[in-house]
Amino acid sequence: MRNSLIHQTFKISKSENRPALLTYTVAGDDTKKKSLEILKSISKYADICELGFPHNTPIADGGQIQTSAYRAIKNGIKINDVFSIAAQFKKLKKNKPIILMGYYNMIYQYNENRFIKKCQKSKIDGLIVVDLPFPENKTFAKKCKKKNINFVQLISPTTSQTRLKQIIKNSHDMIYYISMLSTTGGKLKVSPQKILKEYSKIKKQNSSKNVVIGFGITEKTIKSLKKADGLVVGSAICKEITDSIKKRQNTVTNVTNVVKRLKNKIK
Amino acid sequence: MKLKKKIPLIDQHDKYGFWGGKFGGSFIPETLKKPIEDLTIKFEKLRKDEKFIKKRDFYFKNYVGSPTSFVKLKNLSNHLGGAQIWAKVVSEANGGAHKIYNATVHALICKAMGKKYIVGDTGAGYAGKMLSMAAKKFGLKCKIFMGAKDIRRQKPNCDAMKKNGAEIVPVYSGSQTLVDAVSECMRYWVSNCDNTHMCVGSTVGPNIFVKICGWSTAQISRELKTQLIKEFKRMPKLVKLINCVGGGSSAYGFWSEFIDYNKKQIELIGVEAGGPKNSKLHAAPLSRNAKIGILHGAASYVCQNNEGQIHETESISAGLDYPGVSPIHCFLKDVKRARYTFASDEDALNAYKLVTRFEKLNPSLEPSHAFAEAIKIAPKLSKDTICIVNSCGDAKKDRDILKQRLGKY
Repeated sequence: MRNSLIHQTFKISKSENRPALLTYTVAGDDTKKKSLEILKSISKYADICELGFPHNTPIADGGQIQTSAYRAIKNGIKINDVFSIAAQFKKLKKNKPIILMGYYNMIYQYNENRFIKKCQKSKIDGLIVVDLPFPENKTFAKKCKKKNINFVQLISPTTSQTRLKQIIKNSHDMIYYISMLSTTGGKLKVSPQKILKEYSKIKKQNSSKNVVIGFGITEKTIKSLKKADGLVVGSAICKEITDSIKKRQNTVTNVTNVVKRLKNKIK
Repeated sequence: MKLKKKIPLIDQHDKYGFWGGKFGGSFIPETLKKPIEDLTIKFEKLRKDEKFIKKRDFYFKNYVGSPTSFVKLKNLSNHLGGAQIWAKVVSEANGGAHKIYNATVHALICKAMGKKYIVGDTGAGYAGKMLSMAAKKFGLKCKIFMGAKDIRRQKPNCDAMKKNGAEIVPVYSGSQTLVDAVSECMRYWVSNCDNTHMCVGSTVGPNIFVKICGWSTAQISRELKTQLIKEFKRMPKLVKLINCVGGGSSAYGFWSEFIDYNKKQIELIGVEAGGPKNSKLHAAPLSRNAKIGILHGAASYVCQNNEGQIHETESISAGLDYPGVSPIHCFLKDVKRARYTFASDEDALNAYKLVTRFEKLNPSLEPSHAFAEAIKIAPKLSKDTICIVNSCGDAKKDRDILKQRLGKY
């Protein structure tokens, strides 16, 4: 998958000497229409957009993303709506990679093959499945690769050295490093130096892999991790949506401003 | 898909942790891979370690109070006519329910792993109460996650947890019941797995938790087997083992020694929570044909919609009020070794009334579901049929609900 859009995007950000900025929003938060608008607007600054399938039993997500997910479900979002948001986005922004993220039960209920087909049709660039770890994900990851969809492997501070090697060997263009022991949106409780040290262990194994860091990244902490290939911000964005709704302000403008500020900090 | 003989059911899974190739597994975030692997290695070592077994048996005997008694419910049997109704009074165990077995074993494992903190989920509050007891006994710091709705309806158990020095963390997300408590507990473990041990309160969750819990509660059926043979001089010809099923820990514990028997001789009957009579909501994924889904790290029959969103459940019994069920029960259902049915809230209340009218027994709302089935089938069965109900919990915790619904406790 050397020529994947995801890989090319990292190439560009590297040539500009900065990490790629990855945003995460929940599809349908707070409505289908609004979440597409947010996606379109923040993609001016974001290099890669992650779009989450809302799930009502998310075991790895903290309060902010849970709130966004419950809101989206309450407003009636369905799996096919998520695909339609992604497809509409890709129609307008052909060169912007989009990664769908979710829990395995959605894929299981939708049927793996049908799900991958639908991804392909919607021009999805990558997939992250939170609760389908290696090696259980091997077959599914292979199916994705066949259809030119990047299956993103996750690595965490608890991942052993042997596992690390195997996961990297089985990874596609992008690897997601979880910065600390936490659900999404936790306070960064590990020093940036330590995170970058772990990060470089992955890079040492295979420097051609694009490794992004996520969990606990906010406007305050993003600059300290600038050395990474990419940085993911999710909960901070979801929180902005919640705050804007509470204050009856324009979510699209407010969220875009957050993403713009994030981008400026790592330029 | 086939049951194997002479191998404990908890060990009949493949290398990825699936029973029958499709139930169970470990659908977990990467962060939990290592702690779960460590726990798996440790548990497999400990269960072969004679010293550890001795320790377990010591605490089961001197702390839990094994064996619990096995009694004939003569008055109830006479009233109903037909089969003999017996009860295994597991609620005699220290703390008042079977949850003490799993809690004790988890506390011992936690100690053996050198961890000082232990966390757990609870619905009816028994798993939480017992974990708080075991934690206190073994000098561990304990946190219990419990849905806000359950905290309100199971106050006596919450008081006990606090008295034992545990911190109760109320969970306000979703339906504010067991399903949300388990999610929140797993989230807490994701964030603190370096120094904290997690106890899953039933035979649910990632593969290893199903195994540890089943290994612990299996004590119930070991006792029962001895008691049956002592009472009847040999294994009786017609036995029905009736147990309520929420997550399924007491049912597995009640059945594990009997699974190898022919089902014509020993029938296994699981009773799920059917919810209020006129409600669409229930907590009976096995008997009301839910589809397979992934919940809390395992594949099982799950109450859910077509999109994979987990359904809200409803039951008068907080301990059964859970949308999923143990993968081993899914397996037992599919190989047709066990039969699963459900009882409504009203059935359970009526059973409670009848049992307490005739017997000196005070079963909680969970086993009252099992009694409802026994009461239903006993009159149609022959006198030599032995229906045994696992009276796995005491109704003290339900006093507020019983007062409200029956006008007295």
